[in-house]
Amino acid sequence: MTVNGQAYIAGAFEHPTRRAPDKTLAQLHAEVALGALQDAGLSRNDVDGYFCAADAPGGAASMADYMNLNVRHIDSTELGGCSYIAHVAHAAQAIALGKCSVALITLAGRPRSEGVATGTTPRLRDPAQPDAQWEWPYGLAVANGYAMCAMRHMHEFATTGEQLAWIKVAASHHAQHNPNAMLRDVVTVEEVVNSPMVADPLHRLDCCVISDGGGALVVVKPEIAKSLKRPPVKVIGAGEAIKHQAGGAIDLTYSAAVWSGPAAFREAGVTPSDIKYASIYDSFTITVLIQLEDLGFCNKGDGGRFVADGNLISGVGKLPFNTDGGGLCNNHPSNRGGMTKVIEAVRQLRGEAHPAVQVKNCDLALAHGTGLQLSTRQASATLILERE
Amino acid sequence: MAANERKVPAPAPNVETQAFWDAAQNGRFLIRRCTACSKAHWYPRTICPFCASDATEWANAAGKGTIYSYSVMRRVPEPYAVAYVTLEEGPMMLTNIVDCDLDRLAIGQAVTVVFKPTEGGPPVPMFKPA
Repeated sequence: MTVNGQAYIAGAFEHPTRRAPDKTLAQLHAEVALGALQDAGLSRNDVDGYFCAADAPGGAASMADYMNLNVRHIDSTELGGCSYIAHVAHAAQAIALGKCSVALITLAGRPRSEGVATGTTPRLRDPAQPDAQWEWPYGLAVANGYAMCAMRHMHEFATTGEQLAWIKVAASHHAQHNPNAMLRDVVTVEEVVNSPMVADPLHRLDCCVISDGGGALVVVKPEIAKSLKRPPVKVIGAGEAIKHQAGGAIDLTYSAAVWSGPAAFREAGVTPSDIKYASIYDSFTITVLIQLEDLGFCNKGDGGRFVADGNLISGVGKLPFNTDGGGLCNNHPSNRGGMTKVIEAVRQLRGEAHPAVQVKNCDLALAHGTGLQLSTRQASATLILERE
Repeated sequence: MAANERKVPAPAPNVETQAFWDAAQNGRFLIRRCTACSKAHWYPRTICPFCASDATEWANAAGKGTIYSYSVMRRVPEPYAVAYVTLEEGPMMLTNIVDCDLDRLAIGQAVTVVFKPTEGGPPVPMFKPA
């Protein structure tokens, strides 16, 4: 059995806000839900499956209560920022089994309004989490964890700060066309490597934005997709995996994408060279580089050369990525970038990306994300989507 | 840049790890080793992560290792270095590098254990240049 062809993304909506002190978290979830349903041409009463992760206040029950949803299938898989990419695959599985026919997935967050120092302040975890006592005393935040991955990658493969900077440069070239993006100025490699050091070797411009907002997706069974007016975006492959510290056998140079990627490509029956557009989770520049290698867009260790010289810029390079500006420039609601990755892939496949960044004949796209902390425990989720 | 003393939050010991933290109070650095497969692992736990045996026990660790990777957090009042250190016994552990010049750290550098006090808890193992 396969998810290939079992479900379609019929609705996608990204909240335009990047700062929402006047809205509650539940309200943001409801606003993106209604936005995605409207985009699909469906109504709230059509929803019979609901998917959310740890950003949903009170979980699926509180959200279903607030929105007054009546659902017969619920999934609150929590894999950090890539949860929503996995949710699309789980929705396709549930639809294939007849457990639901219209699945709603929501994400929202207000870290900017709440003044969260996302990257530089360690966040206290449940003390029962078995790893907590071995990490909490050492000040492992987010930025310094990803920075250790970058430091090791540079050591093993001679990757440079300038090569990493090209990832931000490409994102900024795309963000200039997105009126909702937080950072719309095109930056240069020099500006990235000369921006203040946050955690060696990652500079301020190697890090994503902190923003409020959210997004939602509607995944439906094929018969419903064909009855709707929106261009159908078919789910053809998916994979997910977790990588961890393995009892102390640590290798910071790769992610769980080495497993989730091949699984998704196998299911879809395509290869990395077939992909016309890729949404790649960009919490930091190094996140993109490691994932591109792991997904097979280039060999392990060649990521620096692959991303350099504008190779990720739409219309310029071989692999247009994150044409909305990504987390590096556009939006990173709830400090979770998986949702917006799927949304921009849907825009590209529909031909609804900004004309300046729209990939010509974009009929095959990949959306991939990393959740949790690349340097300790992380999840990866890969999704391959096709325009019919 | 010298490493200033950052206030170190206390770990929260539990029944699986109390012996480790009791030893730390006495300046002893323990590691958990499996008597079935004879491998040491990190972080310490009752069930061996390699062979799933529950025949694990505490053993004295040499407290010597090398830096696998590190990063100096700069955008905070008191910059500090997180690192993964490869222990002589095999496993790698997350830690801090202290009592050092933060601008002169390097991957592959030899380090030795040093216990540092925490805020209201047992001291934690950190490492300094050997």
